[in-house]
Amino acid sequence: MALWQWLVDQYQSWQPVSGYLVHIVAITIPLFVCVAYLTLAERKIIGAMQVRMGPTRVGWKGLLQPWADMFKLMFKEIIIPSGSNKILFLIAPILSLAPAMAAWAVVPLDATTVLADVNAGLLYVLAVTSIGVYGVIIAGWASNSKYALLGALRSSAQIVSYEIAMGFALVGVLIAAGSMNLGDIIIAQAGNHGPFNWFWLPLLPLFVIYFISGVAETNRAPFDVAEGESEIVAGFHVEYSGMAFAVFFLAEYANMILISVLAAVMFLGGWLSPLQGWVSDATLATPYIGWILDDGFHWLLAKISIFLFLYLWFRATFPRYRYDQIMRLGWKVFIPITIVWIIVVGGMVLGHVGPWWDHPG
Amino acid sequence: MSNAARFVKSLFLFELWQGLGVTLRHFLFVRKVTLQYPEEKAPISPRFRGLHALRRYPNGEERCIACKLCEVVCPALAITIESEQRADGTRRTTRYDIDLTKCIFCGFCEESCPVDSIVETHIYEYHGEQRGDLYMTKDKLLAVGDKYEAEIAAARGHDARYR
Repeated sequence: MALWQWLVDQYQSWQPVSGYLVHIVAITIPLFVCVAYLTLAERKIIGAMQVRMGPTRVGWKGLLQPWADMFKLMFKEIIIPSGSNKILFLIAPILSLAPAMAAWAVVPLDATTVLADVNAGLLYVLAVTSIGVYGVIIAGWASNSKYALLGALRSSAQIVSYEIAMGFALVGVLIAAGSMNLGDIIIAQAGNHGPFNWFWLPLLPLFVIYFISGVAETNRAPFDVAEGESEIVAGFHVEYSGMAFAVFFLAEYANMILISVLAAVMFLGGWLSPLQGWVSDATLATPYIGWILDDGFHWLLAKISIFLFLYLWFRATFPRYRYDQIMRLGWKVFIPITIVWIIVVGGMVLGHVGPWWDHPG
Repeated sequence: MSNAARFVKSLFLFELWQGLGVTLRHFLFVRKVTLQYPEEKAPISPRFRGLHALRRYPNGEERCIACKLCEVVCPALAITIESEQRADGTRRTTRYDIDLTKCIFCGFCEESCPVDSIVETHIYEYHGEQRGDLYMTKDKLLAVGDKYEAEIAAARGHDARYR
């Protein structure tokens, strides 16, 4: 009890730093668990699509497989190549994981729950996620390996190209919502028409382009030329092993979750219920059922899961793009479409097209 | 197909949706074919070519007459045979070694054998823990043959009609 009292005292005396620290831990630890189980989900789902079973041995139905993988990676040696730049070599994985974690600070998990209610939230997200590319470049350069360098070049060129299309897609959201605060963007999608109040419908091209760019940003199939096994072994992280590799792995999956949550927030109304305006207040007042039908974090989780499933589904379905085709898609298809659609969105906002913009103000 | 139609088709990702449909169908409806290996095993043919064995006649006499056809036909040069004349005038091997690390399990030794002495059995779960464990000497091969004679004979029986 004395220890508990001491902890509470320390917590009180270090406010607000201790408060933020607790919140950060409360976000990142579940996130790490999600990342771990996303790897299992990936192996299970892709396995099922290839008429296999995926891991079944560790724990019931293979549910402890991520922990087995984690312990294996933790006890492996981190080999630092001779001729590499040691400091950069070890900083690179952290540099690619940290932004994926930091961006969660502005994501509203609920009507009231958000770590940092930043007014320029969208800008912050764009800025922070762009830092991730440095992790890739530094890893490729510090490894002192041709394969790693080529992989890093491919990967960073691709990320930078798709950042533009992604940014334009977000500009569309910005125009539609009239705010850069992610919470306000969600509230702008509230209404009485269920999922038709969300921005996915008027911004459909931007929505599709945002998600495809997100897939390209995270270097996932079919845009995974950065780690084309047949050409450059594993891309920028060839020389990494053990926990250093695991951190890159975590970063990739954390980025997938981040892209999914941002797509859910900006195009599918975040924590808004898809039944908004369709169920009466009396139904919402009933215990349990009302809670499930009402807005809340569980809807955000469901929407994230849809996008994560799409990621895995794409990987199981599509063959890898050729590199020049990736660049063509990014520069000559996505960017023109987004620019055209931003103008269309502007017109729709000025014309007060319903049900999104028909209310004055 | 006209250029316009092709443009519309590619813009709306028509063929990609078809591909997604194929994988989704497999994900939801197709029975998974994974074999849970140690508990479930794939069926094997009577012609399966696994671990080697030397057989004996029912009276206990070893079949091998040291004709060395198997040694000659072996494409991997895995078989080494030395022979002598026994006191009763028959020719028998003093040494019959198969190096399993060289063997490619082609089954030529079994096919070439005029007395059905060297055979490849249905056994595929074996291992060696130290160097030399996979070097099968005459004693080891005869031991395998003695242990699995019933199964070996049954498998030869199944295949006899086609030989």
